[in-house]
Amino acid sequence: MPPKGWVEINDLYCKACETCIADCPQKVLALDMSRLSIKGYHPAYMAHPEKCIACGICATVCPDAAITVYRGTPPGFEEKGTE
Amino acid sequence: MTDTDVKVVYQRPIGLTDVTTHYCPGCTHGVAHRLIAEVLEEMGELRNTIGVAPVGCAVFAYNYFDFDFVEAAHGRAPAMATGIKRTLPDRLVFTYQGDGDLASMGMGETVAAAARGEQITIFFINNTNYGMTGGQMAPTTLPGQKTSSSPLGRDVETQGYPIRTAEMLATLDGASYVVRRSLHDARSIRNAKRAIRTAFEIQKAGLGFSMVEFLSICPTNWGLNAPKSREWLKDHMLPYYPVGDFKVSEEAERVMKEVR
Ligand SMILES: Cc1ncc(C[n+]2csc(CCOP(=O)(O)OP(=O)(O)O)c2C)c(N)n1
Ligand code: SF4
Ligand code: SF4
Ligand code: SF4
Repeated sequence: MPPKGWVEINDLYCKACETCIADCPQKVLALDMSRLSIKGYHPAYMAHPEKCIACGICATVCPDAAITVYRGTPPGFEEKGTE
Repeated sequence: MTDTDVKVVYQRPIGLTDVTTHYCPGCTHGVAHRLIAEVLEEMGELRNTIGVAPVGCAVFAYNYFDFDFVEAAHGRAPAMATGIKRTLPDRLVFTYQGDGDLASMGMGETVAAAARGEQITIFFINNTNYGMTGGQMAPTTLPGQKTSSSPLGRDVETQGYPIRTAEMLATLDGASYVVRRSLHDARSIRNAKRAIRTAFEIQKAGLGFSMVEFLSICPTNWGLNAPKSREWLKDHMLPYYPVGDFKVSEEAERVMKEVR
């Protein structure tokens, strides 16, 4: 089964406050410790994209309107034959 | 699957400018900004609204909202909004104020505007301190709460008691819609958004003064990260400042029922 959706987090706005990470019911998100944004933060990213249900909770709580939420099959996701 | 099956569930509202704010990481000033921008976009009122910014952390709010904004002297936003609304009665006019600005420096203006039943909306950010200037005690600081100017905790014997602004304004006949909401989780935030919508609809219908108080976090001055600040809000602010509708006039109630 492909995931139900995905999120995009804009590095320009993300301040690594971890609010979305704490509230995601699927534990999809984490801080990306391998990257620094232009503002000097480790921005949030989808650590477990396969678990996203496109519920929008992360975007609802994000204080910096950094998150776009999509419902559908993520781009580049190759649906493997399931049967 | 084709691209047409992809739906945008949420995207940044167009009522916010494309700049990063100066607010600290996790600060719920950002949530309140976002909700106001979302509501005005949904109402189609972005080009018909004038905001009044306070002195406090939200002093640069005019840089973050992509519609008309003016800046008031400390605490004077309700007076300024009164003048704007009276000269431009067809606009939606709102103030955006912190608890120092609204309940300390500007308490007189706030109470007077509500008592006169001005057709304006006040958005009031209650974060229990003066955020911008370093976390000093505000009229909203809780009994026993440590701040930079009450380092041993607010002593009500010498420093008095906190003011429950929403409950107080609700006693005034001029006030039409006075409620308190919280910004500490997704469910509360959705409820807060409905209150913003209701307040603007009430103003649009000419039904009088409206105010929405938001329980908000100040991670920097509270010395907690954002998730822990939200817990602190839940444990300490909610019991003292309950969420609720403190004044809903009869006409306002009709409007409120239409906003889901
Ligand atoms: C006349 C005047 N008095 C005092 C100040 C200093 N001052 C600036 S912001 C502020 C309080 C801000 O606190 P609040 O309204 O709670 O907003 P927050 O920063 O917490 O969002 C004070 C006292 C000032 N700028 N002008
Ligand atoms: S809530 Fe927003 S600003 Fe905070 S970490 Fe998540 S994406 Fe970044
Ligand atoms: S949309 Fe829901 S499941 Fe997906 S990352 Fe955001 S909070 Fe998690
Ligand atoms: S000082 Fe407090 S209120 Fe001001 S931006 Fe920082 S967290 Fe927000």
